Amino acid sequence: MSLLDYFKSSKVSSASLAKERLQILVAHERSSLNQPSYLPQLQKELLEVIQKYVNVGQDAISVSFEQDENQETLELNITLPDLITKKS
Amino acid sequence: MARIIVVTSGKGGVGKTTTSAAIAMGLAKKGHKTAVIDFDVGLRNLDLIMGCERRVVYDFVNVINGEATLNQALIRDKNCNLLYILPASQTRDKEALSQEGVGRVLDELKKDFKYIVCDSPAGIEKGAHLAMYFADDAFVVTNPEVSSVRDSDRMLGILASKSYRAEQNLEPIKEYLLLTRYSPERVKLGEMLSVEDVQDILSLHLLGVIPESKSVLNASNSGTPVILDEKSDAGQAYGDIVARYLGENRPHRFIDDQKGFFRKFFGSK
Repeated sequence: MSLLDYFKSSKVSSASLAKERLQILVAHERSSLNQPSYLPQLQKELLEVIQKYVNVGQDAISVSFEQDENQETLELNITLPDLITKKS
Repeated sequence: MARIIVVTSGKGGVGKTTTSAAIAMGLAKKGHKTAVIDFDVGLRNLDLIMGCERRVVYDFVNVINGEATLNQALIRDKNCNLLYILPASQTRDKEALSQEGVGRVLDELKKDFKYIVCDSPAGIEKGAHLAMYFADDAFVVTNPEVSSVRDSDRMLGILASKSYRAEQNLEPIKEYLLLTRYSPERVKLGEMLSVEDVQDILSLHLLGVIPESKSVLNASNSGTPVILDEKSDAGQAYGDIVARYLGENRPHRFIDDQKGFFRKFFGSK
């Protein structure tokens, strides 16, 4: 696998690497531009609270903020671990 | 109706002043009375690129402060009598500009000029903010290079949210992409972002591509906007840009975009 990766990376042009990096970065920066500055801190603290009670990973929580003309919506999404395995 | 064009980029050194000088000259040569303003207070250079550095008496800050009239500060270009330059102050800093003062000077210019080109300083601080604040159109100057593209995207966000048009809920600023220092050969080798790559990322209307060209340095050495070097590729590219901006339909040149050039990601399975 690592050999294949090495083989792959040697064939990828630096321009396509640049494009890929930029696309990810720009998408991330655009989405974080309009959200309130407390959001990352909120997400971090919420995760800490939830982790006290449930064994969830870093990716289990997503916080999104949307704004239209007359309201702001804060959407919180927590993925709990599979209940069946949890019970046993 | 006068139009205010801001030439902006976020990043420094991508060609904002070169572009401001070229398009202002191009618009004036097409018969439109044009003023070009240097917003880079403390680090002025438009005067040098336009070749009028020895004729600067009063500047933008003097006009804002009422120490000189607009007519005293405006310098008529030596090559075109429809083009005027308003230099920045070299001895002050960006704080000398105020939103109210800049608005007042632009309003006065609008009475007499068809196009007002605002040469923005680099960065997103006060000078850059005021250069774009009152704009109708934005020329976003970008190099095919990661930091420039990222900064341009940041600038687009600012244009869309912190301008007068945005704040007043008016029709948004019209944004155009000018890709400068483009090297088709390096694009072909996969060493440089292509026009399409940059457009994919920024989703901007392409006004034109300026190829990397020796003529740009030659032009700045002699203090003549590169657009006047009609034999040069960069001069012609700027000519196309002005024509397109004014509504002419001109095919893009200097891209040399070779279709069917695909890099192989896997030599074999």
